[in-house]
Amino acid sequence: MTKIQTVEPLVAPDVLERVLAKGRSTGAEFSEIYIEDKRSTSAGLDDGKVEQVTSGRDRGAGIRVVSGETTGFAHTSDLSERGLLAAAQAAALAAKQGDGGVHKVQLGDVLRHSVNTVKLSPDAVEKSRKVELLKRVDAAARAVNASIVQVSAGYGDSRKRILIANSNGVFSADEQVRTLLRVSVVATGDGGMQTGYDSLGHTIGFEMFDENDVEELAIRAAKQAVTKLSARPAPSGAMPVVIKRGSGGVLFHEACGHGLEADLVGKSASVYRGKMGELVASPLVTLVDDGTMTAEWGAIGIDDEGHPSQRNTLIKDGVLTDYMWDFLRARKESRAQSGNGRRQSYQHLPMVRMTNTFVLNGKEDPDDIVRDTKQGVYIAKLGGGQVDTASGDFVFGMTEAYLIENGEITEPLRESNLIGNGPEVLKDIDLLGNDFAMGNPGTCGKDGQGVPVGDGQPTLRVRSLTIGGTAA
Amino acid sequence: MSVGVPELQSLADSVVEQAKPGEHIEAYVSRGGETSVRVYEGELEHFVSAQSEGVGIRIIKDGRTGFAYAGTLEPSAIAEVLAEARDNIQFGTVDQWAGLAEPDGVAQIPQKFWDEELANYPTDKKIEITKELEKLTLAADARVRAEQSNYEDGWAETAVSTTTGIRESGRGNSCYVSVATLADDGDEAQTGFGFSVGDSPKEFDLKKAAREAADRATRLLGATKPASKSVTIVLDPYVTSQFVSILSSALNGENLAKGRSLFADRLNEQVADPRFTLVDDPTNPLAYTATDIDGEGLAARRNILIENGVLKKFVHSSYSARRLNTKSTGNATRGGFSGGPGVGCLAMQVQPGNKTQAELIAAIDDGVLIQDVAGMHSGVNTISGDFSTGASGIVIKNGTLGAPIREFTIASTLQKMLLNILDLGNDIDWLPMRAVGLSLVISDVMMSGS
Repeated sequence: MTKIQTVEPLVAPDVLERVLAKGRSTGAEFSEIYIEDKRSTSAGLDDGKVEQVTSGRDRGAGIRVVSGETTGFAHTSDLSERGLLAAAQAAALAAKQGDGGVHKVQLGDVLRHSVNTVKLSPDAVEKSRKVELLKRVDAAARAVNASIVQVSAGYGDSRKRILIANSNGVFSADEQVRTLLRVSVVATGDGGMQTGYDSLGHTIGFEMFDENDVEELAIRAAKQAVTKLSARPAPSGAMPVVIKRGSGGVLFHEACGHGLEADLVGKSASVYRGKMGELVASPLVTLVDDGTMTAEWGAIGIDDEGHPSQRNTLIKDGVLTDYMWDFLRARKESRAQSGNGRRQSYQHLPMVRMTNTFVLNGKEDPDDIVRDTKQGVYIAKLGGGQVDTASGDFVFGMTEAYLIENGEITEPLRESNLIGNGPEVLKDIDLLGNDFAMGNPGTCGKDGQGVPVGDGQPTLRVRSLTIGGTAA
Repeated sequence: MSVGVPELQSLADSVVEQAKPGEHIEAYVSRGGETSVRVYEGELEHFVSAQSEGVGIRIIKDGRTGFAYAGTLEPSAIAEVLAEARDNIQFGTVDQWAGLAEPDGVAQIPQKFWDEELANYPTDKKIEITKELEKLTLAADARVRAEQSNYEDGWAETAVSTTTGIRESGRGNSCYVSVATLADDGDEAQTGFGFSVGDSPKEFDLKKAAREAADRATRLLGATKPASKSVTIVLDPYVTSQFVSILSSALNGENLAKGRSLFADRLNEQVADPRFTLVDDPTNPLAYTATDIDGEGLAARRNILIENGVLKKFVHSSYSARRLNTKSTGNATRGGFSGGPGVGCLAMQVQPGNKTQAELIAAIDDGVLIQDVAGMHSGVNTISGDFSTGASGIVIKNGTLGAPIREFTIASTLQKMLLNILDLGNDIDWLPMRAVGLSLVISDVMMSGS
């Protein structure tokens, strides 16, 4: 813990106290201010040209006032005391048509909690070096094969300072730095065009590129597109599916992650409601959500309600041990928050969100998992997914996949979706590898808000999943 | 829209006036506000009242482009944005086609975007409507619960000015209500939703929204997983709208120029069944995404893209048009002040057929009415054309609807699906989406289940 005076405060503590008091002026029991100052740089290369470098600045405050079951919320880009008091007044009136009493709020020292170390802040790096990365990606991808006809690459970094204070005395700050590089490739052949995609993202600075080879990233994406040129239509029907390490975390994100969010559980909109302490997955599965996982895409020092991030075990040896919580849902159940209250920006209300969600290692050798599978599909790269938390039905796309025939990975398959039911799929995991890896950076969408999340798993097998291909 | 918001227009003008010799500047400024009401179990769950504003500046010099934005209209911030955009120019690659749109003399078709009644609608009535929607939904079916009942409205004022002589500003507002439902039947729960849009709240049809939300949730109760086979599908209007929307990417002139359109080299060829005619027409006031100007400030216009199955036109911004030696079709898109213009269809409309959905279904021996799809973003590749989505719906047997089915996928390719269109409904539904809805029959689609 350090005093706020040691760094430039986004807004002075005495102003925050007056704003929080104004938030409670209509008699509401809770007020909160979330202040954000974000600078970002992005650059895009397409068709061999650096098209545009963009600089962005987003700065503002969101003020939340809670009275009983009702939340009032207002936001403003005006960080002057006058602007903040006006927003607090609006939020207070929205929550409650008030008692007009005088309320006092006092803040102590600010808590700074950081889980990431940034060695090379993006602000300190010349834009020309960022643009140079894109040119290297373009060249490396095009060099893979003559069938590569188009390459698009994007670089993005952001440095977001947040400060959260509330009338319960929470007073926290964090600085969140993210660096991202993505590449998509088009290859063309006799059977038409195919695409490849890969990305790299961490909650660190530009040093990410000392530790990762951007050419390798480009080559992976290009090879994916080239491989798919000779792909055959994906099969249809239910069959065993082996998912390569670090590529299938989205399966758990969709199959059960969303269903373990306490806001959905609280409204009985989750298939996992009332299942605490029950066996909800194969005993092989231990599922963790961990915001403290250094440098991973979903890592945060504090959540967007000022609560320090933490590691939460959600499923232990197949048994449901906990849901994920934010302030409102935890308050309702008189229990502790879990560091999962997140929001897209100061313009949004926080809600329960995942951070880095992953399955811990099992015991199997990943090669044995494939060898043990007579007939099935091997997925080397998954795309996005979507879930209906109430029924548990979910889909996700496979962007790089192969047939497994007689225990061997054989022919590449064209893209398709897979569909399954969360609780059934979790119980159907029958082999779990010992080769855990985190996957690609992701953006999770819920109720119109996107937040950065990470996921991961070792190589694993699901006994039966439905592949949505066209081949009989 | 010409100059409708003088204050914002002069702000944009003041940026453009600072152009140095050789610089082309586009300034886009906007501000807006929103109200969001959510009700749960008869109580107000949240009330959001918010305002935002921002500026995006694009500068092109000697074929290089720089861009910057900020979420504020403070004078000092605007000066900083201009300086950042200028600094960013040096990192761009010279592109001989880079440039701003120039006035092309096409006249705007005036439409009404502002509703005074909505602008003055009292807050307590907004909350009342939201509570009423929840009540109607619960009354529609005893098995139904409401997860959330919402009222949303918003207003926006925008202005764009360029050194090439474009000066446009205007304002608009809109509102809608929606309700998300759950239906329980023992261990099983299914979800649904319903919505209603209008120029002002008095146009809402709350009963219809409630009825649809209840029906959507209950109709899948007891659904089973079907066996895999090739079937004829009838897409419900809401699903057709999503299907048509994804064609925008293949009809995008910039994707064509960059070799990313599956329609490349297919102009004037038969790409769809002759019954299929697709028009992009943002000048039609019935379209939810109707507009009078595009993202670069050119007049929005009607473009016939596919006529009787023949590919007639790609849509263009001024940039893609310059690259392909043609003219902008008024199809620049813009996602707000934080980015430059892109290209896309603005309001897609399919020419309806002459049958009701019931008549379409009556003509099918063995098929599925697809009522919902999932994973359009993960299972459809608009470059290769591979199409695969999760789906739920109702079995069609000998011309009549049978049992509900779920947890299956439908798959084909976009190319094949367009050619396999068997018929279209007359049930045009102006959904709050980029494309119109109607019932669409497509043959020979692979259904994958157990």
